[in-house]
Amino acid sequence: MILPAPPLNGDRMKKRFRKERRFKFYGILALSFSLLAMVALFSTIIDKGVGAFRQTSITLDITLDQDAIDPEKTALRKTLAAADYNTPVKKALRALFPDVKKRKSKRRLYKLVSSGAAYDLRKAVLENPKLIGTTFAMAFPASADVDLYIKSQAQDSTQISSDQAGWIKKLQSSGRIETGLNWRFFTSGDSRNPELAGILGALVGSILTMAVTLGLSFPIAVAAAVYLEEFAGDNRFTRLIEVNINNLAAVPSIVFGLLGLSVFLNFFGLPRSAPLVGGMVLALMTLPTIIIAARASLKAVPPSIRHAALGLGATKLQTVLHHVLPLALPGILTGAIIGMAQALGETAPLLMIGMVAFIVDIPASFTDAATALPVQIYLWADSPERAFVEKTSGAIIVLLAFLISMNALAQWLRKKFEIKW
Amino acid sequence: MNNVSETTPPIKIAAKNVDVYYNDKQALYDIGFDIPEREVTALIGPSGCGKSTFLRSINRMNDTIESCRMSGEILFDGKNILEMDTNVVELRARIGMVFQKPNPFPKSIFDNVAYGPIIHNLCPTKTDLEERVTTSLQKAGLWDEVKDRLTSPGTGLSGGQQQRLCIARAIAVEPEAILMDEPCSALDPIATARIEELIDELSNNFTIVVVTHSMQQAARVSQKTAFFHLGKLVEFGPTDHIFTSPDDERTQGYITGRFG
Repeated sequence: MILPAPPLNGDRMKKRFRKERRFKFYGILALSFSLLAMVALFSTIIDKGVGAFRQTSITLDITLDQDAIDPEKTALRKTLAAADYNTPVKKALRALFPDVKKRKSKRRLYKLVSSGAAYDLRKAVLENPKLIGTTFAMAFPASADVDLYIKSQAQDSTQISSDQAGWIKKLQSSGRIETGLNWRFFTSGDSRNPELAGILGALVGSILTMAVTLGLSFPIAVAAAVYLEEFAGDNRFTRLIEVNINNLAAVPSIVFGLLGLSVFLNFFGLPRSAPLVGGMVLALMTLPTIIIAARASLKAVPPSIRHAALGLGATKLQTVLHHVLPLALPGILTGAIIGMAQALGETAPLLMIGMVAFIVDIPASFTDAATALPVQIYLWADSPERAFVEKTSGAIIVLLAFLISMNALAQWLRKKFEIKW
Repeated sequence: MNNVSETTPPIKIAAKNVDVYYNDKQALYDIGFDIPEREVTALIGPSGCGKSTFLRSINRMNDTIESCRMSGEILFDGKNILEMDTNVVELRARIGMVFQKPNPFPKSIFDNVAYGPIIHNLCPTKTDLEERVTTSLQKAGLWDEVKDRLTSPGTGLSGGQQQRLCIARAIAVEPEAILMDEPCSALDPIATARIEELIDELSNNFTIVVVTHSMQQAARVSQKTAFFHLGKLVEFGPTDHIFTSPDDERTQGYITGRFG
């Protein structure tokens, strides 16, 4: 029996093509939506955050009296460090505006310059004691309110009084106010004063924490995955382990923080607020992610490669180390980077082990008190000072930059180890 | 067509009462026959008859399948290799294997051939190793085609070349026997002809056991043939005999194409 030819040009055919066009359209729609969301996110953060990378400074003519700083001319470090550096800064301000007489007005005048000015001056003197007895020009960070007032175009800040605005105008016209790159933001730790606060402490804390996390979780996860995938048999016990690893990946991160608090801090007595403990907790959190990814990429290595090596008389370990693992490595690296990115952005477990403290010093070792980038963002976002708003966005930009460079490194490693078939 | 030699060669591999199970399913029933030294023995039979399972028992590759259990004896040079305490690494160095699908390592041609000698530490010096790789590639009939590109990846060769590379890789370890599991099933007729010639040449130095689906191939390359059916050895004997006047009617039916 001969069947009639199907009507290939009929309405049905048109419908089929229409369906395909519609599907493509939905796909493009979804893609543009996610792109739009990303652009919106990045533009708001960058718009809010670029201010953090610029800092206003006020140049003052400082006169250091020998009698006030070091009357006995001992030039001892101790004497120099203990001297009063607030007065010279105040004097310099008064010299610029001699007609300010009232106590309250004077206080407002002093507030133009950051309260960190005295520290800066002290540091300069300790580095170069020859400054004593001379008069010299030195740039000091402006206070956060002045900084914001200068940087914001509208200049409608309520934090600046009318007489302060007048002084600022005068300083500007005499060229004493400058806005430049905010080096302090990248070179100092946290501070209660927004104009003195920097990200370096948190950045170093994050780097140290991530180093511990990677150093612990990567080898342990790879070893666990290789054992489970290549050596362990398929029995009830290994299946139980597999289920538990999958469950572990879904455990809320704060639970790992509680575990770190009770086991690492209370039971083992490890130091509080330390990147070592933070890294250990985050390593526990990252382990299941890397194990699952590593097992998946080990599974994806064709069995024929294993057979080829075993058939030549390679031991199981040689087969794995020489052939299977190199082929699975790119996939394992991808899993590791996903896990690390998660760990980098994690705040909750770090709160539990005390990495949320206000820490000014930049951590120098794994056991120093430290905080991490996301925790710093959380701390700054929680601060009442208006100037911390742009610091928060600035810190987010630094976090994103860290994340992107970490991903780029992983991509490079992946390309390097990828084996062409 | 090869003729059976007048003097019977010594026995290299002897199977006795071999049973193989996958979980509760029995795959081989009471297999027993002798594989002569430096000859080609073909294992033929319909799909799922257990001929590959038997082949993989000889070098204990079945160990990689967790559900697989074996009993009986396979004597290799008189020693039962199905014993638990058999050193499978040494065994597989003495019995090479070539697989159905060419499976070169994703490494250079040189590294592919050199891998076996390196892991068994057969060539202590670099010159030794280079010589070993060269002779192995020559024996596998691949040398002239690849001598100018030993550093290019083995996976970039054609299918037939890849299979000859796998043969070179196997003989680089200088095994006593080579097991081939349908070595030509993924190849075109010309590449197949080359491999068959190669098998014939190699049988001067190695004991070869080859599983094949092709009756003609078994007839062309082998001196002895074993016919498997439903996990049982139906008939074993000189290839000439099996193909011209088989004793069993199932063999007759299979080789004339009535089932399979």
